[in-house]
Amino acid sequence: MIDNPVLRIVAKIIIPMILLFALYVQFHGDFGPGGGFQAGVIFAAGFILYGLVFGTEALRSAVPPGALRLLTAFGLLLFAGVGAVTMLAGSDYLAYNVLSQDPVAGQHLGILIVEFGVGVTVSAVMITIFLAFAGRNDP
Amino acid sequence: MLIETVNIVLLALLAVTAIAAVRLHDLFAVAMMFSIYSLLAAAMFVLLDAVDVAFTEAAVGVGISTVLMLGTIGLVGRHEQPSTRRSLLPLAVVIATGAALIYGTLDMPFFGDPTAPVHQHVAPFYITGSPSQTGVPNVVTSILASYRGYDTLGELAVIFTAGVGVLALLGLRRRKRPGKEETTK
Repeated sequence: MIDNPVLRIVAKIIIPMILLFALYVQFHGDFGPGGGFQAGVIFAAGFILYGLVFGTEALRSAVPPGALRLLTAFGLLLFAGVGAVTMLAGSDYLAYNVLSQDPVAGQHLGILIVEFGVGVTVSAVMITIFLAFAGRNDP
Repeated sequence: MLIETVNIVLLALLAVTAIAAVRLHDLFAVAMMFSIYSLLAAAMFVLLDAVDVAFTEAAVGVGISTVLMLGTIGLVGRHEQPSTRRSLLPLAVVIATGAALIYGTLDMPFFGDPTAPVHQHVAPFYITGSPSQTGVPNVVTSILASYRGYDTLGELAVIFTAGVGVLALLGLRRRKRPGKEETTK
C-alpha cells in the first residue's frame, strides 16, 4: 500500500484537514454539535489513516507508545483533577462554579477543560487499540 | 410526508443490511455491512435531530470500529466456520425476547409526545437553565460535561479501562519470540 502514489498524496492532503477539523469539533463543541468524544475519535482517525497508508512502524515513530500511555492517563487525571480542584476550593466534586469569580465563566472554563481531558484520553486509547491490533501483523 | 418517506427508506435499508450481515459468511463483507449499517443509523439520528449522537455514530461506528474489525480479521482470517447445528432454539428465544420488548413499548408514551414524563421533570430544567447557569449554547455539551459530569467521568474511566485492558492483553511492542508470531497468520 505504501507504494501507491494516489493513496500517499491524498492521505498527505487529507490528514491535516482531519486533525484541524478534530480541533474545531473539540473547541467549538459548546456552540455546535460535537465535544470531547467526537473530537478524540476524529483526531485518532487522522493518525489511524496515517498508519494505514504509511505503515504502523511509521505511526509508531510519529506517536511513541510511551507518549500514548502518558496521554491515556493524562486525560482521565485532568478530568478527575478538576473535581479535586473544585473540592479544594470549598465546593462539591466537579462543581465548576468556583473555578472563576463569575459562576457562569467558571462553568464554561470547567466544561472546556473537562472536554479537553475527554478528547485526549479518547484519541490516545483509539490509537493504542489500533496499534495493538494492526501492529501484530508486522513482518 | 417527505420525512416519513425518508424514514421508511432508511429503516428498510437498515433491515436489508442487517439481514445481509447475518447471511454472509465472508467476514470482510460482514464488516463492510456493519459499517453501512452504522452510516444508515447515523442518518436516522440526524433525522431525529440528535446531531451529537449522529456525529459519534458516524465517527466511531463507521470509521474506527470498522478499522478495528478489519484489523482483527487480518489476525484471525476472513472466513467464518460453517455451522452445522440447527439453530431453532436460539431463533425461538430471539423471537420471544423481541415480542416481549415490542409488548413493553406499547406502554411507552408516543414518540415526541410533549406530555411524556421525560419532558416534565429535568429536561425543561436543563433547557431553560443551561444558557444562564453555564453560558454554553449547546445544551448537550452542558448536560454531558456539567450537569451529568459524574456520568461522563465514569464513561471516560470505561474508555481508559478498555485501553489499559488492550495494552495488558496485546501490548504495543512485538514480542521477540521467533517462529511463534509467523504461524498465527
